[in-house]
Parts: sequence; structure tokens; C-alpha cells
Amino acid sequence: MVVIILFSILGFIIYRGISVISWDFLTKMPDDGMTKGGILPAIVGTGYLVLGSMIFAFPIGVLSGIYTHEYLKDSWLKTFIRFMTNNLSGIPSIVFGLFGMALFVNYLKFGDSIIAGSLTLGLLTLPVVIRTTEEALKSVEDSLRLGSYALGATKLQTIHRVILPVAYPNIITGLILSIGRVSGETAPILFTVAAYFLPKLPSSIHDQVMALPYHLYVLATSGTNMEKTRPMAYGTAFVLISIVLIINTLASILRRRLGKKVKMN
Amino acid sequence: MIQASAKNINVWYGDFLALKEINMSFEPNSVTALIGPSGCGKSTFLRLFNRMNDLISNFKLEGKITVNDKDIYAKDVKIDEIRKSIGMVFQKPNPFPKSIYENVAYGLRVNGVNDRRTLDETVERSLKQAALWDEVKDNLKKSAMSISGGQQQRLCIARALAVEPSLILMDEPASALDPISTAKIEELIFELKKEFTIIIVTHNLQQAGRISDYTGFFYLGELIEHDKTQKMFLNPSQERTQNYITGRFG
Amino acid sequence: MKKFRKIIEKFIEAVLFSSSTITSLTVILIIIFLFKEGIGLFKSSPLEKNYVIEVSKKNPVKELNATQLKAIFNQDITNWSLVGGNNDSIILFTTSNITDYYSEEELGSNLEHLNEKMGEFIIQHPNAIMYISSKSLPVGFGGHNVKVKDISVNDFIFGKQWYPTSEPIPSYGIWPMIIGTLMVTLGALLIAIPLGISTAIFMAEVAHIRIRNVLKPVIELLSGIPSVVFGFFGLIIIVPMIQQTFHLVVGETVLAGSIILGIMALPTIITITEDALRTTPQSLKEASLALGATRWQTLVRVVIPYSKSGISTAIILGIGRAIGETMAVLMVTGNASNIPHSFLVPTRTIPATIAAELGEVSYGGLHFKALFALGIVLFLFTIIINLTVEFVKNSGKRSRA
Ligand SMILES: Nc1ncnc2c1ncn2[C@@H]1O[C@H](COP(=O)(O)OP(=O)(O)O)[C@@H](O)[C@H]1O
Ligand SMILES: [Mg+2]
Repeated sequence: MVVIILFSILGFIIYRGISVISWDFLTKMPDDGMTKGGILPAIVGTGYLVLGSMIFAFPIGVLSGIYTHEYLKDSWLKTFIRFMTNNLSGIPSIVFGLFGMALFVNYLKFGDSIIAGSLTLGLLTLPVVIRTTEEALKSVEDSLRLGSYALGATKLQTIHRVILPVAYPNIITGLILSIGRVSGETAPILFTVAAYFLPKLPSSIHDQVMALPYHLYVLATSGTNMEKTRPMAYGTAFVLISIVLIINTLASILRRRLGKKVKMN
Repeated sequence: MIQASAKNINVWYGDFLALKEINMSFEPNSVTALIGPSGCGKSTFLRLFNRMNDLISNFKLEGKITVNDKDIYAKDVKIDEIRKSIGMVFQKPNPFPKSIYENVAYGLRVNGVNDRRTLDETVERSLKQAALWDEVKDNLKKSAMSISGGQQQRLCIARALAVEPSLILMDEPASALDPISTAKIEELIFELKKEFTIIIVTHNLQQAGRISDYTGFFYLGELIEHDKTQKMFLNPSQERTQNYITGRFG
Repeated sequence: MKKFRKIIEKFIEAVLFSSSTITSLTVILIIIFLFKEGIGLFKSSPLEKNYVIEVSKKNPVKELNATQLKAIFNQDITNWSLVGGNNDSIILFTTSNITDYYSEEELGSNLEHLNEKMGEFIIQHPNAIMYISSKSLPVGFGGHNVKVKDISVNDFIFGKQWYPTSEPIPSYGIWPMIIGTLMVTLGALLIAIPLGISTAIFMAEVAHIRIRNVLKPVIELLSGIPSVVFGFFGLIIIVPMIQQTFHLVVGETVLAGSIILGIMALPTIITITEDALRTTPQSLKEASLALGATRWQTLVRVVIPYSKSGISTAIILGIGRAIGETMAVLMVTGNASNIPHSFLVPTRTIPATIAAELGEVSYGGLHFKALFALGIVLFLFTIIINLTVEFVKNSGKRSRA
């Protein structure tokens, strides 16, 4: 049943979308009330946003995961940080949108910009990255930690030389999956960066950009000429789905590859 | 002469008193076996000597532990220094997912030794001491995960030897291994005794009888009897020891 | 050298620690900013800034609430006696119907005579109610100000009307959205719970490992599809389907939202339920089987009771996912802000409202504040859900220990 649902969604979009895809579609500016041309600025915009949010969320999330899992003993502080992280991951993305608008766009006066959107998306991904890291660390056997300590290694040496080399395939896989998640998010960027129609590429992090998911929303709901924008919408949906598919495949290949490497070394 | 000793030891996990008034000392170049039913505190006692219990959050210790006449729980002592001078072998082989060579070199590397010559020499010496050299000398770059369980355990012993400890702690080192590998480990312990002092926890009474000079019998957190192994097995002075050794409980 | 290494370790630990505080900090900042922007709604007059309600000095009415004002300007109330005044009929005067009374020449090309005319008007029409800018009041104006009651939390939560831009008095009642959100979520759960839990049981207890290995990535994929794509799919396929099946004028309905949300909540429910089922110790299952119970009996009497708290967690998290979902719902539910009385009418949810309207409001205005207040409500929903999850998890742990 679940399989049927998935394949009907995928099948439908791929079937309708594939015929729209062409080199021009991927590399041209939108044109003529978004009924012609391509979606280049949306692709580029999403690329920038993903990159920006990753630069923010990956290091902080991984470090935070290491701290909560390896350093914090069972104490109220750990319970508190866990609770807050869980809370953050439960907050709806539209609330992140509100928050991003209030803090980054208005309060810090970034305006609608790549930086405001990236930071908002980054905060949204943070709990995912933390959870991924913790799960990966949890799967490292305790006996390895003990073995390392027994040889006089310090905590940091143990983490750096034993734990991370074992855990990193799972961490990397998780990070890649979160990229897929970020590239499809719409609600957080609505009021922080996304432009309705902006047929040029951004020149700095203070520019607005178009983004694939928002572009699809626009095409699907508020195009001036529904009949003519439909194919564009199919094409955009196709590109979005392809990104997710590619990323998932990449992640599972990587998981297998790296997993093997760690074992054999 | 005394290599290591425990004086008036009490250990708590939270409110639970896991060890009661233990006094014990260990001679250099001797093998002491710790026996007793499971849960009686053998591992807890063993881990006092390299401060592994410090990793447990509700652990509390009273009393004095000395190794080479140094109080290892004194305030100015650095835990990692202590652990470097004391080797430990665990129940399940736990090689790091690195090459055989890097496993043995690990203790030196975390100590800041990176000189190739020193590392090569130490790896060879340790593997020889652990009676593993001949089996792996052509495959030092191979992953430690790819050798057999028995070999892995000997690799872990070699890893412990590499930092030249004065005392080696073993917590049921052969209980996860097949009989042939177990025999090899026992043989090895016999050899190692010439250079090191060994404390070994074991479930296997025959094993204790075969390899140890002294035996300590623990029961419910107390040290019931501690004597020459021969004496303990043939003519124990305590009835509870007698009962345990003849298999009436435990 | 040793000293140096110690310092580095301490430094790195500090860096790690500060990273780990960021999530907590963010949650706190979110609370602060939502309240900072949203709470202002409840201390303000519902009137636009700088606008006032004026009546003649002779008029005894001193205070009106938002509902009364609205009724007056909608001409539902046409006599002063109904709001505590004399028995006179009400004459409406707003900036938009000035020209019914005065020609452009009379007002002057730059409205330079506006104030003067306002003064005249209130004298000539003692029964008038005026909604005007306070700047157009002349010196010695012959009327007095009518106080308008501030917007209350009660009006906001239980108000049945959401007309954020109506003049002169907007209404910010979110009751229809609360009901709409709950109905869409409920419908989604009715779809996702049976489907999700049976899939999880199938995967954990029945399916061959090969089938499981296919299903797992499929579910992972399903959870990775962006919500706009779900929305798009719903808009193109499900909405017309519903429209035809039930012969409706519009297919954008609560039901459409529920179906899409149900699909979207599936991965959460399946994954967590399956994990929960898997934690049942093998020994427990074997004990049951050894006593002659069938596989099915074991499942119902041993495995499911054992995983109860895990399954509840799955359902609650599924609710969380459904309540907060924005884009997909926005695209398929039709966005009508009335209280839905069935699953086959359009509705709008809290997140969809924020998404649809925030782009068009002016920063810091009442409407803006109202949308942030909606954010607060949504945030409170999620906090409640998280606390429930935490509670269920803990009680599960305790009952097992
Ligand atoms: N981390 C711990 N927290 C609480 N109690 C523990 C912990 N480790 C061991 N214990 C308890 O201390 C007692 C001794 O344990 P242990 O030294 O492992 O016994 P042995 O090795 O003889 O089987 C047992 O009753 C055990 O339950
Ligand atoms: Mg033990």
C-alpha cells in the first residue's frame, strides 16, 4: 500500500515532468510570465541556500552531538539539552519562518536575503544533524572507548582517534540526507529570502533568490496563466524529486562503501 | 616487595555497597586469580587499579590503592598517566577498527610518540611477547577486524604490552574464546608472568588453578579468602570457599 | 607540552559545550521573538493606528466593543438605542464615503479644507458616527472620542471571524482555524494510524527480510519528498478526484488536506512504531510461542502491549507532523476561513494562514501581530505535543523497569 502511494506520486511526476526537462529548462531564465524559459535562478538559489545552511548547521550540529553524547553524563543538563533539541525538532517549519523573519530579516536587519534564509534553514536542520550524530556515536561499541581509555588516551584522543573514525560513515550519510530535507523546505524561506520572480542570479549573500520549492508553489497556485505554467510546474517538481532521489541513493551507496572501508581498513 | 595493594577498600555504586573492607596485595611477577560468583565485585575490584570505575557517574571509593608504592587516587595524579602504566585486557576482544600495526602503536601515539623506528620496534616486540608476531608479521597493514577472535585477543594483549606496563589487568580474557585460543592465552599468561605482574578475573576454576600463583575468592562484595592457589584449592580455610570450589553454589 | 595539550582539550571542550547550547538558545529565542511580535496584539485597540471613532458631544455613548462597532459599520445595528444611546438612527461616516457628503471642490485639491468640513459635519449630523484619521480633526472639534475596547485573548481564540483587513474594524478570531486544523489533523490520523501501524507490524513481524529491505528505503524516500511536491500532487490529482466523487463545486476540502497529511505522516508513524515493535525482547516472544500461542496471539498479547508507549509516541509525533505542516495543506484545502461542518468543505489551518498572509502585511501592524500570535498558538500546540511525548516515553520506561 505504502509502496503504491509512493510510486503513484513518483510515477506521476516523473511521467509528466520528464518531457519538460531539457538543457534549456535547466539553464535558462524564466520568461514570459513564467510560461517559458527555464528555472536556472531557482536551481542556483536552492543551491546557495543549501550550502549556506550546511555551513552553519553541520559543524555546530556535529559538535553539539559529540558533546551531548560523549561528554555529558546522565544529569539534568543532559536531560535539559535533549529536551530542548527534541522541542526544536518538533517546531513546525512555518514557525521557523516567522522566527527567521523576526530575528534575521527585521531585528538584525539582514532583509530578505540568502543569509537570512540560510540561517533559518540551518536552525531547522540543526536538531536533525544533532540526532544523526548522536545515533552514529551510540552505535560505536563502548568496549572501544574503554579499550582506548585503558591505554591512557584522553577523552579527546579517544574521540578523535577511535570513535569518530568508526562513526563517521553514519554521520556523513545522515548529513547528506539532511541536505535533501533542506532543499525541499518552503515555509521557512517564504518570508526570509524567497523571491516570486527574479530572473537574475544573486551577486551577494544579501540578495534575494528564487528557490525550487517556492517556485513550484508559485507555479502551482498563482501563475497568471495556469494552463501554460503547468508544464513548468511539472518540470520543477521533477527536478525537486530528482534531487531527493539522487541524494537518497548517494547516501545509501556511501553508507555501504564507507561502512565497508571502516571494517576492512 | 609489593607491586600493588588495596587497603580498606569500600566501593559504592550510588547507595549500593559493592565492595566491603577489602585488603589485598600483589607481589611482582605473580599471577593472582580473582574468582567468585558473578556480581560479587571482581570486575569492580580489578578496575580500581586503572581507575576505570571513574567513568561511572555514581561510583564512590573509600580506602587506598597503591601501584609501585604510589597512591593512584591521590589528588595530584593524572588519570591518563596511571592508565598508561597499567595494561588492561577485556572480556570481549576489542581491537580498534584500524590496522594491526596501528592497534599496537595506539598507546604510543596517544602519548605523542610518532617516531617510525620506535613504533616499528615496539610493535614487533609487543607482538612477539603476545605470541602473535609469526601469525601476522606479513599482514601488519591488514585490518584488525579481519583476524580470528583468539588472535584479536592476543592483539589486545600486545596493545596493552606496548606501553610497557608494570601491572596487567585481565577481566575474563578467555571467556569469549574457543578452547584452543583459550589454551594459547593461558600459555601466554604463563610467559608474561616473567616480566609482568598479572591480576586476572576468571569464571573458570580450572583456569585459575592452572595459571595462578595466588587466588582471591570474592563473595557478595567481600574478600572471603586470599592465599596461595594450591592451598586454596586443596585445603581452603573457609567453608564458603570450600563450597564454591566444590561446586555447591555459584 | 603536556600543559599545552591540556589547555587545548579544555578549549575544545568549551567549543563543544557552546555548540550544544545553541539548540536551547534557539528555542528560547523563538519564544522571545514570537511573543515580542505577537503579544502586542492584545494590548492594542483594534483600530488602525492614528484612526479614531468620534461621535457628537451630545451622544451619550462613551465606549463600544469591536463586535458592536463592526455591526454598526456593517449596518446590522442601525439605531443608537441598541448600543446604549438615544433612540436615533445611526449615520455612518468614514474616510471612504466622504464624497457622499462633500464634493472634491469643497474639500480642496489637497484636502486642505478636510478638517474644517469634519467639524461642520458633526454639528450638522448629531447622530453620526465617524471613523477618521485623528489628524483630520479640527481644533475645537464638536465631537467626543468613543473608546474602543482592546482585543482580548478571549476574542482572539474564540472569535469566529477572521477578517484581518476589514474596515474600520478588522476581526482576528481564530476559532475557525483551530477547528480547521484539528479536523484536518484528525482526518489525517484516521488515514495514517491504521495504515501506518499495520505496515509497521507487517515489516517488523511478518515480512521477509528481503521485502523489508525494499520497504525501508521506500519509506525513507517518502519522508524525503518535499511538502510542496505533495501539495502539487494533491492539487492535480486528489482535489479533482474528490470533486468528481462527491460532486462538489470545489475539491479543495478538509478531506483533501487529510489525505495528503495522512500520507505525509505515514513515514513518521511507520518508522517509530516499527522500532518500538522491534525492541520487544526475543525471549519474551519465544516464551509466548513456547506456551502454544500462535504468532498472531503473541503479536496481540505480548508484542503490542510491550511496545505500547513506543506506538503512542509514534502517533503523537504523527499528530505533531500533521498540525505543523504548512505548504501541502495550504495548497489543497481551499483556504476558506469559516468553521468547517463536514470533511467536504474548504477550510484553512493555522500554519496555512500564516504562510498565505504574512507576505502581504505591513511590518508591525495589527495583522502582522495577529499572525505572530497565531505562531504562538501553533508553538504552544507543539510544546504540548512534545511534553506529551516525553511523558509517554517516561511512563513507558517506568512500567517496564
Ligand atoms: N555501573 C554500575 N552501576 C551500579 N551498579 C553496578 C555497576 N557496575 C556493577 N554494579 C554492581 O556491582 C556489583 C559487582 O559487579 P561486578 O564487579 O561487575 O561483578 P563481577 O565482575 O564479579 O561479576 C553487582 O551487583 C553489580 O550489579
Ligand atoms: Mg565481571
